[in-house]
Amino acid sequence: MTQSQTAAGGGRHFHDQLAALQDRLLAMASHAEELVDRAMAALRARERALASAVVEDDAVLDALELEIEQRAIALLALQQPLARDLRFIIGTIKVSSDLERVGDHAVNIAEATLRLLEIDTPLDPRPELAELARRAGAMLDDALDAFVKGDGALGRDVCRRDDEVDAMLEGLFRVLLTHMIERPASISAALQLLLVGRNLERVADLATNIGEDAVYLAEGSRSSTIMATTRSRHTRRSLVRRSAHLPEPSTVYCSSWPGTFDCCEAHSFRRHRHGRRGRAA
Amino acid sequence: MSAAIEQGEIAARGFSFWYGEKQALDDVTFTIAPRAVTALVGPSGCGKTTFLRAINRMHDLVPGVRQSGALELDGAALYAPGVDVVALRQRVGMVFQRWNPFPRSIYDNVAYGPHINGVRKGDALDAMVEHALRRAALWDEVKHRLRQSALALSGGQQQRLCVARALANRPEVLLLDEPASALDPVSTQRLEELLRELRQSLTVVIVTHNLQQAARVADQTAFFFMGRLVEAGRTEALFTAPREPQTEAYLTGRFG
Repeated sequence: MTQSQTAAGGGRHFHDQLAALQDRLLAMASHAEELVDRAMAALRARERALASAVVEDDAVLDALELEIEQRAIALLALQQPLARDLRFIIGTIKVSSDLERVGDHAVNIAEATLRLLEIDTPLDPRPELAELARRAGAMLDDALDAFVKGDGALGRDVCRRDDEVDAMLEGLFRVLLTHMIERPASISAALQLLLVGRNLERVADLATNIGEDAVYLAEGSRSSTIMATTRSRHTRRSLVRRSAHLPEPSTVYCSSWPGTFDCCEAHSFRRHRHGRRGRAA
Repeated sequence: MSAAIEQGEIAARGFSFWYGEKQALDDVTFTIAPRAVTALVGPSGCGKTTFLRAINRMHDLVPGVRQSGALELDGAALYAPGVDVVALRQRVGMVFQRWNPFPRSIYDNVAYGPHINGVRKGDALDAMVEHALRRAALWDEVKHRLRQSALALSGGQQQRLCVARALANRPEVLLLDEPASALDPVSTQRLEELLRELRQSLTVVIVTHNLQQAARVADQTAFFFMGRLVEAGRTEALFTAPREPQTEAYLTGRFG
C-alpha cells in the first residue's frame, strides 16, 4: 500500500516527530534517574553542596515536562493520531508528569539530607536505604524500557516488584522505630531517614504507574489484576503512614486516565497521580 | 420479514462480489446494527463502496457483476429472485459524494419521491416535504423559498436537500457515500449533527475516507482491506485499541 492510501496521522514527518517525542522523554527519564542517584549520593557523603545542586536542577525536569507536553499536544491537534500512536502520545504525557514527580522526590531526599546535616545527633544512613534506592531506580529503568519498547510483560513485572519495595519500607520503619525507642535523641535523624525511605518508595510507585502505562500501550487495555494488587497494597501501607505520623499530602483533583475513577481509592496512597500538581509531599 | 428483528438491520453472511473477473468483496460477514451509525473505512479500492452500493442493489445495471453469499435486510435476502428493487430503494435511501439535486425547485426535489409513489394530495405532500426538510435540519433555512431553484442553495444545503429527498420516502436505512468530502468544515459539522440525530429513527451507513469523521459520527466502524472485512466493532475500541495488526497499521499510517 502506498503512503497516499494510508490513513490520516501517517506520513514520514509525523513519524519523525513521534521519534523526537520519544527521544525527549528518554532524555527526561535519564535526567530524573540521575537526580535521584545524586540525591542519594549527597545523603551518603553528607555533602551540602551536592544536595543543594539537586534542589536547583529540578527546574530542568520541569522545563522538559513542559516541552514534552507541548510537543504531545501539538501532535494530537495537528496529526490526529489513532490506535497505538494515540496511546503512545497520551502515555508520553502521563509518563513525563510521573518523571517530573520523580524529580520532586529527589528534591525531597536532598532537603531531608540538608536537614540531617543540621542535626546534632546524626544517624548513619541505613543500608536498607541504598537497597531501596537501587530497586526503585531499577524499576524506573525497566518501566521506561517497557514503555518505549511497548513490552507489556516487562511492565507487569515492574508492577509486581512494587510490593517488594513496600515490604522493604516497612522493614526500614521497624528498624528505625527500634532506634528511636532505644535512643530518643536519634528521633529527629531517624524521622528524616524514614522520610527518605518513603520518598524512594514513592519513586517505585511512579515507576509502577509507568509500568501500567506500558501495559496499556502494548495491550490497549488497563489490567484489572494490576489495579487489584494496588488495592491490597494500599491497606497495608496506610498502616506504616499512620504510625509514622507523616504529613498527608493534600488531594485536590484527580487527573487520572479516563475509566480509572474507580481506582482513586485504590490509588489513594499514590497521591502523585491524584494530588496537586507540583511538589509532592 | 421476522417480527423479532428490528427494522433496518443489515446482515452480510459470506457475501462476495465480482466485477467480471475482478473480485471486489471476499466473504464478508457482519451485521450492521439498526438505529445506529456505521462507518465503512479503508483505503481506496478496498471494497467499502461496493459493499455500500450492494445494500440497495445499485450494481444491478453494471454488466458482468455477480455475487454470492447472503445480504439481508431485516432477515429478508436482498438478492433473492423476485425482490422488488424499487420497493427496496424506498426502504434504503442513498446520498452520494457529489450532491445531485434535480434542477427543479427545493419543494419539487423533496416531493419527487412521495409524488411518484402516489402521494398526490397537496396537503399531504406539503406535510411530507416539511417533515423531510425538518428531519434534514434544512427547514428553517428554506421554508420561505421552497419554490426557488435547488441549485441556488449552498453546497452544504444542497447535500442536506439530498438527504431530505431520501428521507421523504421514509426509508429504514440511509446509505451515504463520502457525503462530506466536498463540504466545508461548517457544512460538514451540520451534516454530522444531522446523522447523529437521524440514527434515533433509522440505520445510517456511511463510507468515508475521513477517519476523524468516522470517529465523530459512527457508533460502529468496519475496516475493509482488499475486499475483506478485517475488523468491525465499536468505534471507540477500534480507534484506540484495534484488535487486528492490519487495522493498527492503517490507522497509524504504517501500511506497506
